[in-house]
Amino acid sequence: MNDLLLNLILTLDASFRVCTPLIFASMAGLFAERSGVVDIGLEGKLLMSAFIAASAATVFGSPWIGLLFAIFASCILAMIHGLASITFKGNQIVSGVAINILASGLTMILTLAWFKSGGITPNLQGDERFLSITLPGVNIIDHIPILGVIYRELISGHNILVYLAFATVPLVWWVVYRTRFGLRLRAVGENPKAVDTAGLSVEGLRYKALLIGGILCGIGGAYIATAHNAQFTKEMTAGQGFIALAALIFGKWHPYRVLAACFLFGFLDALAVRLQGVVLPVIGEVPVQLIEAIPYLLTVILLAGFIGKAIPPKASAQPYIKEL
Amino acid sequence: MAKSNIAIELTDVDKHFGAVHANDKVSLSVKTGTIHGIVGENGAGKSTLMSILYGFYQADSGQIKVFDKEFRATSSKQSIEAGIGMVHQHFMFVDNFTVLENVILGSEGGALISESLGKARIELTRLAKEYGLEVELDVAVEELSVGMQQRVEILKGLYKGAKVLILDEPTGVLTPQESDELFRIFEALKNQGVTIILITHKLREIMDITDHVSVMRAGKMVAHRETNKTNPEELAELMIGRKVLLNIEKSKANIGKPVLVAKNLEIDNEQGLKRVSNVSFEARSGEILGIAGVTGNGQGTLLKALAGILPISNGSIEIMGETINSKNPLNPQQLRNLGVAHVPEDRQRMGMISDFTASETALLGYHNDKNINHGVWLKRSSVKANCESIMEAFDVRPTNPDLKSSNFSGGNQQKLILAREFERDPEVLIIGQPTRGVDIGAIEFIRKRIIDMRDAGKAIILISVELEEIMSISDRIIVMCDGEITGTVDASDADEATLGMMMANALISQEKSNEAQL
Amino acid sequence: MTRDRRLSWINGLLLPLFNVLTAFLATAVVFILINVNPIEATKILIYGAFGYEEGIGYTLYYTTNFIFTGLAVAVAFHAGLFNIGGEGQAYIGGLGTALVALYIDPTLSAWLIIPLGIFGGLLFGAMWAIIPAYLQAYRGSHIVITTIMFNFLASALMVYLLVHVLREMGQMSPQSKDFPDSAWIPFVHEVFAGMGIKIAQSPLNLSIFIALIFSALVWFFLWHTRWGFAIRATGKSNDAAVYSGINPKKIIVVTMCISGALAGLVGINELMGVQHRLLLDFNYGYGFGGIAVALMGRNHPIGIIIAALLFGILYQGGMDLAFEMQNVSRHIIVVMQGLVILFCGGLEYLYRPILIRFLAPIET
Repeated sequence: MNDLLLNLILTLDASFRVCTPLIFASMAGLFAERSGVVDIGLEGKLLMSAFIAASAATVFGSPWIGLLFAIFASCILAMIHGLASITFKGNQIVSGVAINILASGLTMILTLAWFKSGGITPNLQGDERFLSITLPGVNIIDHIPILGVIYRELISGHNILVYLAFATVPLVWWVVYRTRFGLRLRAVGENPKAVDTAGLSVEGLRYKALLIGGILCGIGGAYIATAHNAQFTKEMTAGQGFIALAALIFGKWHPYRVLAACFLFGFLDALAVRLQGVVLPVIGEVPVQLIEAIPYLLTVILLAGFIGKAIPPKASAQPYIKEL
Repeated sequence: MAKSNIAIELTDVDKHFGAVHANDKVSLSVKTGTIHGIVGENGAGKSTLMSILYGFYQADSGQIKVFDKEFRATSSKQSIEAGIGMVHQHFMFVDNFTVLENVILGSEGGALISESLGKARIELTRLAKEYGLEVELDVAVEELSVGMQQRVEILKGLYKGAKVLILDEPTGVLTPQESDELFRIFEALKNQGVTIILITHKLREIMDITDHVSVMRAGKMVAHRETNKTNPEELAELMIGRKVLLNIEKSKANIGKPVLVAKNLEIDNEQGLKRVSNVSFEARSGEILGIAGVTGNGQGTLLKALAGILPISNGSIEIMGETINSKNPLNPQQLRNLGVAHVPEDRQRMGMISDFTASETALLGYHNDKNINHGVWLKRSSVKANCESIMEAFDVRPTNPDLKSSNFSGGNQQKLILAREFERDPEVLIIGQPTRGVDIGAIEFIRKRIIDMRDAGKAIILISVELEEIMSISDRIIVMCDGEITGTVDASDADEATLGMMMANALISQEKSNEAQL
Repeated sequence: MTRDRRLSWINGLLLPLFNVLTAFLATAVVFILINVNPIEATKILIYGAFGYEEGIGYTLYYTTNFIFTGLAVAVAFHAGLFNIGGEGQAYIGGLGTALVALYIDPTLSAWLIIPLGIFGGLLFGAMWAIIPAYLQAYRGSHIVITTIMFNFLASALMVYLLVHVLREMGQMSPQSKDFPDSAWIPFVHEVFAGMGIKIAQSPLNLSIFIALIFSALVWFFLWHTRWGFAIRATGKSNDAAVYSGINPKKIIVVTMCISGALAGLVGINELMGVQHRLLLDFNYGYGFGGIAVALMGRNHPIGIIIAALLFGILYQGGMDLAFEMQNVSRHIIVVMQGLVILFCGGLEYLYRPILIRFLAPIET
């Protein structure tokens, strides 16, 4: 088939895989921010989850156990952030930065202590990691031109966490807009006093939001180390937690728009990777550092708000202090 | 079971906030099915007391009984369950939720809100009809008028089953006519056996609507009266603790030339919404021009534009020979240089910085003063001396320039800010809410000083939501409603009813157009 | 003592002290978790930091960097801004300093070259901060995210420059050629040797005095000039600043530039003072360390100097510790930084209720 079309499909295919951790992290951030808590610590939670998932998978031989431990670790970090932001009314951004730095240092210390290595965990073999799933009917549909390739490359062949990521988004939408919890969540992010005077617990709602975020980050981190890759390597999150935040802002805190933003990042990143080694007219070979820099440049450009101003939940980043 | 005669009984309720003794062994008894007023000046402890009843705060000691049952609330949840509802001074809304969503928040009745919304709609329509509280259910609350928003607050309480409804300064945001409408609703509620507690500092309301009144002063409950057996003078004296001059003496104004001329002003607020349309007026030296109106009708926006904080989109202002318009904006610094001083409406957020010392707050807006700066060096001793001199001029206590600004009482904070602005000998004074949150002693002082400035030939523009304040100090009054001027009167000719009509002018036509759309 | 004074003591001294102690306690817990005796570790750390002359020299050399980045973060905090871009600003600032050292006429006097190098560091550091600053002020882009992105971009840019542009001809490793002698800042042990006193060799150089001078300048600027007043007012209350005729947007940009400039001075110490050439990752960890230092030092130059010294001790002691103990790598310092930021920043009010209840209760 057409070379360009094939390249496009393969790029889209890669995009799905690249944007998966962004989806989990940005959904986590969505719950936090909607409840009025800023979560800069997504990066740290992803990193720690990645490490714990890889370590547990190595020790127990199963990525699912790795996933469980990763979620647990991520939730602990989420609760620390909650303690600082909600109960002790500290600076939420500082708390998030602390968690990122802690995760960065602890993962290195622990790889040395547990695996005697300078920042990597052992390679996961075979089904010690999440493997790609071939959806039924691939062989049958394969004969159909174009659609066959799309089904085989694009839709089938991802690991389960990728499918989970995309399934999470409508679930998040439903929770936020169709349930009682979601109504209260949105309320507490806009006017916590209104929630307090309605007889509900502001702190309880916020802790719950952070906990959900912790779970989601746990899955995202586990994906990076035990699905997308086969081990943990130092600083492997490479800023994805922050890019997820940018996607969250760009998507104006609405689940589907955020998904689109995550996908946009994933697509442009995958596209950039394909440019590696390619010689362009006039410019010549694109330096690899520029390709690596593209996601970060993109984040800045998107945040520069050339595409409309984003208004966060009104009570964002302010600890709730009871006073009339 | 016989219906209880006493709806609310408070015995020796005590509450401290840090070093402040907000409620000092307060006792109160409210009979079922009555309208009971609690009156006192700013800071007397009324809101705190009711917030304890509503579970927002917890009392340090004391007993509370609701309908003869022991009552202890650790959060508003228990209060709502006990049948207590509260309409706060500042509404408790989620602005971008609809009326329906705001009402059911916390009482959704199920994990999925689609069912709850349906049931709530039926119940609310019934309640609204019963008490004359009709309101659009599917509109975002932020789009409603303030009067309508207040109805939603009342409906919220009734929906959650309130048998006792507490209202905290409900008429501060209403025109006199809307207030009358509110009182009619009170009567309807009372007839249905609902007990109403009304917190207010307005004596007229107490006399008009309540059956009983309790007076608080400096955290203590000092008196209970049956309303028809007392009068405003007695209540005022109980509120303050001494005989009070309810009216200020002032000599006839010596009015000079126009110093500030506003022509066809159109101003957008910070959110980009047009809040002032086609406003024209003159301020003359030696005259106090009062701008009356219910909060939220553009006065605040106008004030900020006059002070150079918001830009003008159309029209012009001529001040001291300079013309300000959209092409030639002036910032606050330039206006200060022209001799315009600004006392902002929001003292806490704009007029001072809580964490700064008094010296530093006294420097706000004048930190570039060549007399206090020696070249690059902002001399601390000069800063302190400046503060000491203005503190003395306005009797600000304690006279300690190094004390944190937040440690001064509301009245002293306001005096410090006024001192800062007045002592610069400006030609034009723009003042917003000069006595909000200020104790009576300071109120008298401040009003007198404003009149002194007027007698010294300054032009003063005064914005206040306290109609009584506008009427007593101003020489001339203009009324704003919906961003326009709806009336101009000489203070000597002004009466509350007429002013009230002007304050509501566009509102009546607004309601008409709403009805037409329904 | 009046209650007000007691509260001052609590907020200014006791609370930060308790917070720092908790951070250390938590580090001890981490040690235990990786099978290291915390007491042993502490002994090695303290000895490594100032048990011997060379150690002291190293400690003070690290302190210099932390003073620069600590000042940078603190100045930004006073305007209500969180500058997490110190890593990138230090990196690019160093580039500025290196460019001066590499391309200026080497026959000029060091008395001219070094101040120009300082200027280069200030300028380039400011440049790396101005775009995130402008975007925050005029487009509302979250400065935390943009400065972190600029950290990554700085890394990419520097790798590119050092591999493809500035690399010394014929060299394999990505670094520039050596600076000329006139662009070297003298080592302290050299200066002492010139006076006849022998002290151990260490990277400690005269830039520590430059750091102290800038600390004094920052102190004067923030509390004794009208611009410092404007910055502090903006940080406390945007509304009050506007009311006072201050333009918060301009303040944001100017303050971030000053902040970036201060961070950019790390190159003075690292490059002109120690390495004498441009190389990769000379900035590593100092930007984030600056956050910890600023928080611990409560954004005041005196506190920052003390906190920077403490972190210098931790850094040098930590390096020695990693050397001595198999189970510990130098990343333990990163963990300590994170814990300090957590307890002095996020959880800074943790002990306040208890301290107030016992030491400054309300008399009833």
